Amino acid sequence: MRWIFRRSLLLLLTLFSALTINFFLVRLMPGNPVDQMLNELMMQGYSYEEARTTVAQIISFVPDAPIHEQYIAFLQGLFKGDFGRSIRLATPVTTILGYGIPWTVFSMSLSLVISFVIGALLGMVIAYRRGSLVDRAISLYASVSGAIPAYVVGFFLVIILAIQLRWFPSELGPYGRNVIPPGPGELPSLEFISSVMRHAFLPVMTYVVVSVGGWILRMKSSTISVLGEYYVTAAEARGLSDRRIVLTYVGRNAMLPMFAQFAIYIGLMFTSSVFIENMFLYPGIGRFFSQSLSWRDYPLTSGCFLITTIAVVFANFLADLLYSRLDPRIRLE
Amino acid sequence: MVGVAIVALFIAMATLGPVLLPFDNTYYLTKRYQPPSWEHPLGTDFAGRDVLRQVINGSRDVLLVAFLVGIITTFIALVVGISSGMVGGRFDAALMAVTDVFLIIPSFPLLLIIAASLPRTLSPFEVAFIISIVGWAGLARSIRAQVLSTREKPFIEAARCLNLSNIHIIFSEIMPNLLPYIAVSMVYSVTGGVYSQVSLFFLGILPFTSVNWGMMINIALYNENALINTKAWIYLFSPIVCIVLLQTGFILSQHALEEVFNPRLRSEE
Repeated sequence: MRWIFRRSLLLLLTLFSALTINFFLVRLMPGNPVDQMLNELMMQGYSYEEARTTVAQIISFVPDAPIHEQYIAFLQGLFKGDFGRSIRLATPVTTILGYGIPWTVFSMSLSLVISFVIGALLGMVIAYRRGSLVDRAISLYASVSGAIPAYVVGFFLVIILAIQLRWFPSELGPYGRNVIPPGPGELPSLEFISSVMRHAFLPVMTYVVVSVGGWILRMKSSTISVLGEYYVTAAEARGLSDRRIVLTYVGRNAMLPMFAQFAIYIGLMFTSSVFIENMFLYPGIGRFFSQSLSWRDYPLTSGCFLITTIAVVFANFLADLLYSRLDPRIRLE
Repeated sequence: MVGVAIVALFIAMATLGPVLLPFDNTYYLTKRYQPPSWEHPLGTDFAGRDVLRQVINGSRDVLLVAFLVGIITTFIALVVGISSGMVGGRFDAALMAVTDVFLIIPSFPLLLIIAASLPRTLSPFEVAFIISIVGWAGLARSIRAQVLSTREKPFIEAARCLNLSNIHIIFSEIMPNLLPYIAVSMVYSVTGGVYSQVSLFFLGILPFTSVNWGMMINIALYNENALINTKAWIYLFSPIVCIVLLQTGFILSQHALEEVFNPRLRSEE
């Protein structure tokens, strides 16, 4: 219990640091969005005072207050779920996040599950065939693919599969241009769903290609360490069937650390989606995040970074819980 | 060996290349999108500039930043890891809390925010520095773990009995034992440096100051519309192939280094 308590404290500290970094860094951003907005409003005929109060309302920011009061106001706003308004899109940040999150969660969870399953299977296979040609080829692929940014792979896939072979739609984006997305409260049409699925295929595949290597290597090393345990040798000595040893003795134990890792990667979802969404013009959090940076849209940047950090922190907490549940040895420490 | 050869080739390209084949940044609008020829082995881009020369001149910054990232990351991690492991107590706890925070905060988004909040164009050293700032924590943690296990070894106790200074113990007794691990991790950070740096330029977060592979990919995708524009494919693929090759070279060298330092890996095969 003490261990979990200490981890939670650490996670809270992380969240708090992220908030603070976020607060101060965005205020340093060149082309200060506050001044920019002030200028724009004043050009629209507002007086200086009116413009200031409007700006303050829009981005929940008190321009003249000393920095620590601004900081407290910022934290208060966050607790009320008030992330301010996006400057560029002129909508509340929460609305934009609400639009972006489902796209990211949809494409990334699909990608994660696929690469986790493939990685775990392949990792176990090559752990049994250590040193073989297959092992060396897959291991090399696994370590190199981790060092290659997703968009690099994405280009190859788009050009070969979508443009040359025409297996997938070559227009980027989450669904086809002539498909009508469902309005609020409406059920999506069949046409919409099929278009979304076909458009998700390449981003998902890109993510799987670059991330499956990590899972392969993790599963391989996990399996190898389990294979060295005495209980595996004992099970073999008792003449248990290979199938039983592989599944219940080696497989289950090797999967233990994999599940905790999986939880962490769920949290990293919004981080890993930055490249893929930018390449495929997929309107998820990763796309909004990097766009907000080039727009200098500071409330949106804050919102996206915050969601990303919250996801990571929660996932870490989940991983810790899961780990201590699944592996009693940790609890005793 | 293959890996080292690839890396050596790229280093040669980055150091000698710009001297032998300097980059001419003037636009030749009559020569846009030329196919490969003797004069332009990789053709020309949307402004009639030679693609091969851009790739070669772009490699200089990519490699420079990558190696700097390797050095700075390792340096920060060493200082934090060793001091934390050697001093222990509250100091250790506090330093490790900071390290854990850096480890958990999503590092790439943080890097993007830092890069975007810096008010001017950055020199390669500054780019390397901000990449290192978000990337040192994992290595610091493992160095600390190694220090903790090493400092309980009998030979350290012997050194303490001889009343040797802490400085001596750190640099002459502990460091040599960490060296193999540090070397391998450094190569690993270098691949991270290539990755982050190219990505910062690809996303257009850093302003384009000189030719650079990430910039080429960005321009190919967003200005030349290279996915549909078949004439721009060479321009898009040249930096991409270079990145893949270079990273493969680094990873292979890393494996080679590991095998040199850890003979057990060799006997397994």
